[in-house]
Amino acid sequence: MASGIKDKVAILGMGCSKFGERWDAGPEELMVEAYLEAMQDAGIEPTQIDAAWFSTHIDETGTGKGGTPLSMALRLPNIAVTRVENFCAGGSEALRGAVYAVASGAADIALALGVEKLKDTGYGGLPVGNAGTLIPQWAPSGSAPGNFAQLASAYRAKHNVSKEDLKRAIAHVSVKSHANGALNPKAHLQKAITEEQVMNAPMIAEPLGLFDCCGVSDGAAAAIVTTPEIAKALGKKNIVTVKAMQLSVSNGLESQHNSWDGSYFHTARIAAKKAYLEAGIQNPRDEVSMMEVHDCFSITELVTMEDLFISAEGQAVKDVMNGFYDADGKVPCQIDGGLKCFGHPIGASGLRMAYEMYLQLQGRAGARQLKDPRIGLTHNLGGAPSQNVCSVTIIGAHGA
Amino acid sequence: MAQQSIGLTGYGGYVPRLRLQRKAIAQANAWVAPNFLGKGKGERSMANWDEDAVTMAVEAARDLLGTDDDRSHVDALFFGSTTMPFKDRLNAGIISAALTLGENIRAVDVASTQRAGTSALMQALTTVKAGEAKHAIVVASDHRKTRAASAQEMDFGDGAAALSVGTENVIAKYLGGTSLTIDFVDHFRGSTDDFDYNWEERWIRDEGYTKIVPRAVKAALTEANVSAGDIKHFVLPTTFGVKFVQQLAKMSGIAPEAARDTLDANCGETGAAHSLVMLVHTLQKDVKPGEKIMVLHFGGGCDVMIFEATDKLSTQADKRGIVGSLAQGTPENNYMKFLTYNGLVEWEKGMRAEQDKKTALTTLYRNEDMLMGLVGGRCTETGVVQFPRSRISVNPNRHTVDTQEPYKFADRKAKILSWSADFLSFSMSPPNHYGMVVFDEGGRIMMDFTDVEQGTVDSGMEVRLVFRIKDVDEKRGFRKYFWKAVPVTSTSANSKTGQAAE
Repeated sequence: MASGIKDKVAILGMGCSKFGERWDAGPEELMVEAYLEAMQDAGIEPTQIDAAWFSTHIDETGTGKGGTPLSMALRLPNIAVTRVENFCAGGSEALRGAVYAVASGAADIALALGVEKLKDTGYGGLPVGNAGTLIPQWAPSGSAPGNFAQLASAYRAKHNVSKEDLKRAIAHVSVKSHANGALNPKAHLQKAITEEQVMNAPMIAEPLGLFDCCGVSDGAAAAIVTTPEIAKALGKKNIVTVKAMQLSVSNGLESQHNSWDGSYFHTARIAAKKAYLEAGIQNPRDEVSMMEVHDCFSITELVTMEDLFISAEGQAVKDVMNGFYDADGKVPCQIDGGLKCFGHPIGASGLRMAYEMYLQLQGRAGARQLKDPRIGLTHNLGGAPSQNVCSVTIIGAHGA
Repeated sequence: MAQQSIGLTGYGGYVPRLRLQRKAIAQANAWVAPNFLGKGKGERSMANWDEDAVTMAVEAARDLLGTDDDRSHVDALFFGSTTMPFKDRLNAGIISAALTLGENIRAVDVASTQRAGTSALMQALTTVKAGEAKHAIVVASDHRKTRAASAQEMDFGDGAAALSVGTENVIAKYLGGTSLTIDFVDHFRGSTDDFDYNWEERWIRDEGYTKIVPRAVKAALTEANVSAGDIKHFVLPTTFGVKFVQQLAKMSGIAPEAARDTLDANCGETGAAHSLVMLVHTLQKDVKPGEKIMVLHFGGGCDVMIFEATDKLSTQADKRGIVGSLAQGTPENNYMKFLTYNGLVEWEKGMRAEQDKKTALTTLYRNEDMLMGLVGGRCTETGVVQFPRSRISVNPNRHTVDTQEPYKFADRKAKILSWSADFLSFSMSPPNHYGMVVFDEGGRIMMDFTDVEQGTVDSGMEVRLVFRIKDVDEKRGFRKYFWKAVPVTSTSANSKTGQAAE
């Protein structure tokens, strides 16, 4: 195996806009907001950035195509800007591009920025669009909740869990994220909720109700990366480095071959195994301090706990109900509120996850600061359970 | 009479699952049409939003043809309807593609008259008699469109029938027939109009049926050399009721009790399909070998055909037909749903419905057997089946290249692996049900569900596959078709065939 990315690249600075229904801001303003914070944190000049990776998903209602929207919004010095798009995992892809550029020696300092402006469609939920000319001729014209909700029916059938027990467990997933989000001033949704509220909310896609679905938000997040040596030379303390970056992409097995039972993410298991290997993690349940996972829907988070090998197969319901992933649990999850409450501006979400891990590792997470975290994991998913891309990134204290 | 015995060799039928209760129509319209309150009895069949004359014809033909993969024997297809979805695109061609018939068949649309079904059947008989086809199939289907609060809305129904014509294993010999062509305009529908314009019923009854039908009957009996007294089954669609049919039979010298059920109580008049719908119903329910059947359809004159049932009739006993279809209905009391499905109200679909439904015809043609026939691939080396077909196999153990042969999924047994009822995405019948369908013999497809009884769906449930409208492109007048899964509830599973329904 390749030597991997562990400790080759450090995070020099990060920024994140306020997420939410940003009626006041277009994509340009959101990008600038995240960028200025990251630049101030990094303490560098624009001319020191060698290259940039730019993530945005829905160009029709958002920023438009190509690298120019980023370069123009930030007035970058005519450097290389690569636009990346990988469904909802684009933010992690931008980070991966920038990290790889630094690791290769092609760039000393690189920028990754993700943005999404969703709230210009005139309706709730994600914008609808056509995926080419063939897929709309046969695939169901469903929605994200309808695709992810199917995990629940398959998980129940596989593990013989009752409708009521699973509904209550996924309700707890959301209650926990709302409690966390309430402590985060940048979060889209900052209000605690009760289990009963979740259980009684209007149905969106059976069995997912309103509170089982994440926020549809505008926002941007950015990271500036460099080598640990340059970071030190720039006077940085408490250096946070990248330990692993893995991406696994469906090849059609889940959607076309009967070996997949519909209750888990085939790609997540592959990406997680590779990431633990790359980071040198033997026992994730003990070694991972905290996680930001892709909780687009409560059921996604629940099954992901098993896909990341934190909960044993079939045991996520029990761990969730026991508070294992709560802020005061063994492995706090979605400590910033997650996609559920911080919000989910598609192209920015992977970077937003890394932002929280970075703040926590540096002890700068304010009211929601965890005690002495060493290893943070982000899990960023794109697509649907039957056909997706899954990114697992591990970051931690340099030397951890 | 022909030396060789020519006639019907099989039948199939389809009536949509929903049965709009006439009471619901009558009550909703009583404020403007109080006379309907007296007519508010029984039920009429009602196509789902994703059904049209073509999809219903496909269902009837599938019932006729059975689940055998090999349909290469079919060499002609005649489709009769006055509600074809396309004015210029061979509608029989769509049916042929959905049935995965061979490309070297003669496929013909027969339209523009209520006699379209019987005329299609007559053409099939003539073609086989002439030796130009050996195994012809005939489908007649109508999705009737009527104005709200019209008498026709009460009387009409949606449905389809299918018959095969040939010289082997004949279930009903063709003895002869005739057509009268008379430009008697009881109703008409202009080429740019959606609805019929109807003349006075009393005139249609007294000057039309009463005078034209007996003349046609007489001519047909002479042509077939059959005496009126030998006709045991008199199959004539009309909305004037079975008593009127009995009178017409009597006027023609046929026993009044030969008049067969017009299905007004539980189906409604299915337009150009109705004579064949009634014929299939009669063959299933009333006919014994050796008995003679007269089939008629009135409209711009009258078609008449005479058949004699053979002892092969029992070979069709496993067919759903019309009897089985009628036994599988679900009462619908929501008149607004009927209006909405039939495009009779402007309703708020929400912005999600604004999504462009344009169809790339190039893509459609490149993937024709996949999209129209639900044909996937089977690896000739490993036997792994998949949908869609691809150059490199999905088989995780061996990604063989260019080894796949076409593999038909439409008639295979399948179950639900995962599903959801989605209230967010746009649907003509919310909530939008869809999920992963897994086939017992391999392969899976994420697909739309239809004809769902809400609250009954779960993983592990059996489904059967149906050819339906996927999307309507209102902007361009096009419609996409694809296959959908119908969850089989325990109640519908109990009455799969006409036999069981009996």
